[in-house]
Amino acid sequence: MSAEAPRRAPKKRVALVLAEFDTTGDVLHAAEKVREAGYEKWDVHTPFPIHGMDKAMGLEDSKLGYIVAVMAILGLTSAISMYYFMNGLDYPIIIGGKPGFSPPAAFPVYFELTVLFSAFGTVFGMFHMNKLPRHHHPVFESDRFAAATDDKYFISIEAEDGKFDVEKTRGFLESLHPSNVEVVEEVVS
Amino acid sequence: MGYHEPINAIGEQSLVHPGTSIKVITETVAGVTENPAPKGWWMLFAVALSFLGIFGGTIGYLMWRGVGIWGNNNPVYWGWDITNFVWWVGIGHAGTLISAVLFLFRQKWRTAINRFAEAMTIFAVICALIFPGIHVGRPWLAYYMFPLPNQMGIWPNFKSPLLWDLFAVGTYFTVSLLFWFVGLVPDFATLRDRSKTPVRRMVYGALALGWRGSNRHWQHYERAYLLLAALSTPLVLSVHSVVSFDFATSVEPGWHTTIFPPYFVAGAVFSGFAMVMTLLLVVRQTFGLEHIVTMKHLDLMNKIMLVTGTLVGYAYGMEFFTAWYSGSTYERYVFMNRAFGPYAWAYWAMVSCNVISPQFFWVKSFRQNIPLMFIISIVINIGMWFERFVIIVTSLHRDFIPGSWGYFHATIWDICTYLGTFGVFFTLFLLFIRWVPMIAIAEVKATLQEADPHASHGDKHAHPHAAPAAPVAHGVAE
Repeated sequence: MSAEAPRRAPKKRVALVLAEFDTTGDVLHAAEKVREAGYEKWDVHTPFPIHGMDKAMGLEDSKLGYIVAVMAILGLTSAISMYYFMNGLDYPIIIGGKPGFSPPAAFPVYFELTVLFSAFGTVFGMFHMNKLPRHHHPVFESDRFAAATDDKYFISIEAEDGKFDVEKTRGFLESLHPSNVEVVEEVVS
Repeated sequence: MGYHEPINAIGEQSLVHPGTSIKVITETVAGVTENPAPKGWWMLFAVALSFLGIFGGTIGYLMWRGVGIWGNNNPVYWGWDITNFVWWVGIGHAGTLISAVLFLFRQKWRTAINRFAEAMTIFAVICALIFPGIHVGRPWLAYYMFPLPNQMGIWPNFKSPLLWDLFAVGTYFTVSLLFWFVGLVPDFATLRDRSKTPVRRMVYGALALGWRGSNRHWQHYERAYLLLAALSTPLVLSVHSVVSFDFATSVEPGWHTTIFPPYFVAGAVFSGFAMVMTLLLVVRQTFGLEHIVTMKHLDLMNKIMLVTGTLVGYAYGMEFFTAWYSGSTYERYVFMNRAFGPYAWAYWAMVSCNVISPQFFWVKSFRQNIPLMFIISIVINIGMWFERFVIIVTSLHRDFIPGSWGYFHATIWDICTYLGTFGVFFTLFLLFIRWVPMIAIAEVKATLQEADPHASHGDKHAHPHAAPAAPVAHGVAE
């Protein structure tokens, strides 16, 4: 059916409004205003973490530590149970007259596995909380956005936000002294 | 969160040369991977590849003939294989020290060298891991090292330090690799966004995992970075401690000492910094990174080498004192034999390289003299290799029974195996500096004056905790 249809322009819809800033100070103050205006589905894109931005955006403290704590306990118990199973239960061998399973003897193994599991929890927990890897995002549709990993700072307000209105949001972002504002569209079909 | 406080807020001066803007950092560091490689890189790469060839040939012959081709003999069961293992693991420690310990201590200057040093850690640990793998002599039985049952259903002994060593070095390698990759994600995104060819866009795009610099991401990212640093700090101290347990838990005069764990860790950091220095001086020159890796960075590294070198010297002295104080005839004999016996040449080479040579760094003009620090960094690495050789071979070569005394002669295959691991190391390293951002772009940017939202906007109420030096630096920025 697509063969008979003439080549038509792909259907697009507005995904977000993107404002570009030249300095960290400008983007920090703009982020404070966006938060005060009551937007919820919005983000700041910067080439490096900016000091004070979490507060300016009103973000809660990261909960990553809880994942890591669970993984640390899991690592410790895995190490102890592995030692207990292998040397105490399945095939105890007496070396130097010591019992097969003697809890303090394998302390280095407990420590290393605790660290190993915690590190996995940290890295994969962080990517999970950030919903990465995600190779497609409407913000990449903007041609100017490549500078977000170089030397420019961006604020994006998404169309899914309850307060979003293309013209009003655009006007609001223009009032925050950006160097550029654009409406970014994504292809739907 | 405050783990990335602006440079002014902690009362420090700028770390890069004036005029080095955020844009310049991107251009310089990403440019290394984008521009054609300088001629120097190709020359070094050719040399590294030929050493890699030596490695391949030697390992092939070793598998064919067995470890009998090495000089290991009846009293000296551990020779160059374990010396090289300990030496390479030790070199890795500087990378973790720079990336984790200095991070926890808020040492911003680490940003210029941490990526580089972390890469060195990973490649050095790869070289180290080769040795336990090949020195068992029967490569098809290398699984004996892992917690797997053998053909009779017997599991490894968890009370053995050799098993602890596997867990320690294995964990260390894995965590270092994760830490390195996490640091690289934002920089891969920078390379992705600058890429001109579809191949680069695909490869760097895949590695960047779709990173879009979102502050909601940075928040978790910074926490993850802090947690990894907090995990790596005790980890790095544990690794060489556990390596030293391989010796310290044995009842062997010269090995059976409690000073070994801290002594090994200090020596590891010492040799690691020396290796970072050697490599950094070459790369900084080849790729023109003098404005990012400044003389201040080199000066600080030399100070760390002075401290750790002196710590190592203290350990050498304390070992002698303890041997005398123990009253044990065997212990006393081993140490007298070490310094004045048939291996006196190795012992005094070690002392001159490790204890005497870093003492030059008390003087500021020596700390800032590039040819001198280059030579000393190489001398230190030679000395640290001798340290491991002295510990291993002098303790073994004269056993409790004089009838079993012997002398260790390295063979051509010992030498080729060692040189071959340099081929592995430098091939990986040269590929790294060519294709991966060798300086942490995002982290260096965050230390610039430009990155400070208050400095760039001229806020007057900024940084109530700033040290007196800060206002001057503000003035420069504006």
